[in-house]
Amino acid sequence: MSDAILSVEELQTHFFTRAGVLKAVDGVSFSVGKGRILGLVGESGSGKSVTGYSILRLVDAPGKIVGGRILLKGKDLAALDPEAMRRTRGAVVSMIFQDPMMTLNPVLKIGTQMVAAIKAHVKISTADARKQARDALALVGIPAPDERLDVYPHHLSGGMRQRVAIAIALLHKPAVIIADEPTTALDVSIQSQILAEVRRLADQTGTAFVWVTHDLSVVSSLADDIAVMYAGRIVESGETGAVLAHPKHPYTAGLMASVPSQAERGQKLVQIKGSTPSLAHLPEGCSFRPRCPRATDICKTMPALLPLGDTKVRCHHPIVEHAS
Amino acid sequence: MFGFFIQRIVQAAIVVVAMSILVFVGVYAIGNPIDVMIDPAATQEIRDNLIRQYGFDRPLYEQYFVFVGNVLQGDFGQSFIYRVPVLDLIFSRLPATFELALGAMLLASVVGIPLGIWAGYRPHAFSSKAIMTLSILGFSLPTFWVGLLLVMTFAVQLHWLPSGGRGPTSDLLGVPLSFLTPTGWSYLILPAFNLALFNMGLLIRLARAGTLEAMSSDYVRFARAQGLKESKVVGLHVLKNISIPIVTVFGLEFGSTLAFAVVTETIFNWPGVGKLIIDSIMVLDRPVMVAYLILVVLLFVIINLVVDLLYGVLDPRIRARRSA
Ligand SMILES: Nc1ncnc2c1ncn2[C@@H]1O[C@H](COP(=O)(O)OP(=O)(O)OP(=O)(O)O)[C@@H](O)[C@H]1O
Ligand code: SF4
Ligand SMILES: [Mg+2]
Repeated sequence: MSDAILSVEELQTHFFTRAGVLKAVDGVSFSVGKGRILGLVGESGSGKSVTGYSILRLVDAPGKIVGGRILLKGKDLAALDPEAMRRTRGAVVSMIFQDPMMTLNPVLKIGTQMVAAIKAHVKISTADARKQARDALALVGIPAPDERLDVYPHHLSGGMRQRVAIAIALLHKPAVIIADEPTTALDVSIQSQILAEVRRLADQTGTAFVWVTHDLSVVSSLADDIAVMYAGRIVESGETGAVLAHPKHPYTAGLMASVPSQAERGQKLVQIKGSTPSLAHLPEGCSFRPRCPRATDICKTMPALLPLGDTKVRCHHPIVEHAS
Repeated sequence: MFGFFIQRIVQAAIVVVAMSILVFVGVYAIGNPIDVMIDPAATQEIRDNLIRQYGFDRPLYEQYFVFVGNVLQGDFGQSFIYRVPVLDLIFSRLPATFELALGAMLLASVVGIPLGIWAGYRPHAFSSKAIMTLSILGFSLPTFWVGLLLVMTFAVQLHWLPSGGRGPTSDLLGVPLSFLTPTGWSYLILPAFNLALFNMGLLIRLARAGTLEAMSSDYVRFARAQGLKESKVVGLHVLKNISIPIVTVFGLEFGSTLAFAVVTETIFNWPGVGKLIIDSIMVLDRPVMVAYLILVVLLFVIINLVVDLLYGVLDPRIRARRSA
């Protein structure tokens, strides 16, 4: 994609622990275009959150970005000095998190937190900042935004809090928002309301989203593009429709077979055998090998992420359809 | 909130009554003041007269009720030694102790809280480890020993500061105080520092623990994702969260600092209530001891009450629970 706003190239984030180096993110590449939503999918521990934190350069010690580029509007974030990076956060790229109960400071009023977020980037009076904050709340569909400014987070429901977090992320009209499973903790009807809202915001404001989730049904209804992550690497990527219609990587196929809404009616739900490997003991070659039904000897070497048809896949024996 | 207030007042009253009985009985058990008060060569008749005059011949519970009756009329009795109302005596010494304790608490906060926050913010830095060692020393070194050391060093060896006493005071609204003049300061600073050390250690640990916890929270990560400056992340988000335990401890410790100024006042010959009480114990001046101890109890109860109420002001979640 040449019109990409954010393009991550060969990103590597490793954790230097006592048990050894954990390669939580090991050569991840993807890109997102203006107003588009990329679904970043994968099992727990596959490195989705670490990828998100890396883009904002908010990885906690002992984690460190050790390689790759993070091109945001053509500028490499990995090379910015700390102050330039701070000015980028919130203004050009923002992030929201999974647990709406924890992301807002429990002892500060919504208005106080929003005003601080606004003043981090523009010189403005508190009164004007409050007006902007109110407008931002209205934008994400929060009723009576004026009153909400003066309440504490615990006065709001989980769904409302997540809307507030989204409003805060949108304050400076960033080019990209990284959303780390923001609807996982919410019930299904609230989730679908928020997903619809996000779709509308992406279309209206041109903000691009990287939507981290392990829920394929969320991705299929929300995302334009999809990137499937396994053990720190992207194993398959492409337009959502194309990938989901014909998954080529055995892992993607396995994921889909285990989701009720994706499996064909009457077909048995199959869990992928085995469990997510520990990063400390990855197998040689393809990380998915011990769980893969198609594995052969050649899989002891790492396959590259290569274009195949209209998507990309990292597999020696991709599932290709046979013209029957 | 109002119901909560009433409930706390009743609890406080019960504590005061119970403590007054304990104090009365306790002081009674220490010894008979008559032996100290009169000439050992006095006749038995003089002795009996005095005993009757002070009511020492009556049963203890009767003495207690007479005492309570008097106290309710604002009369704590007369000092056996100074022959003046004990309340006047105590209140004339109170400003000195109050100034010393307040000076010590402020010193402890101004030094301890920033050091603690730093140690929590950069837990692995060498400076942080040095700070923590310091706090352990502040905790564990005996006050009298440090006091003597301070006198030896700064008064006796270096001649920088006076070795004791309060020096000249100037009046503010009729209350004699030291901190208004540089000379006053020179007398105040050593004892205040001596008294501050313990609380400094305590506040350092408290601020560090709170900061450490807050720094790894989602709301701090979210605040950083908004591009807030580190000074704002700490000064707004972290500080507001750690202020709750700090205010509590500040309040509670202020009470004990007032009460335990005894040691410091004795070493530095500071003319406060602590010195008065030590002198009174030497001569078994019962009314002074009883009045002092009951005032200390009252003080603790009031401080606890204020801290509890402040807690609600600072933490909106508690406020919500109470009004529910
Ligand atoms: N602070 C840390 N210290 C050491 N290793 C870490 C740390 N944070 C993450 N990791 C490693 O990175 C791996 C990926 O973690 P990450 O949080 O990105 O997974 P995820 O895909 O977001 O999973 P989930 O769906 O559970 O959120 C973890 O399995 C862990 O091994
Ligand atoms: S490379 Fe081999 S082991 Fe890995 S997914 Fe493809 S077939 Fe399976
Ligand atoms: Mg995660």
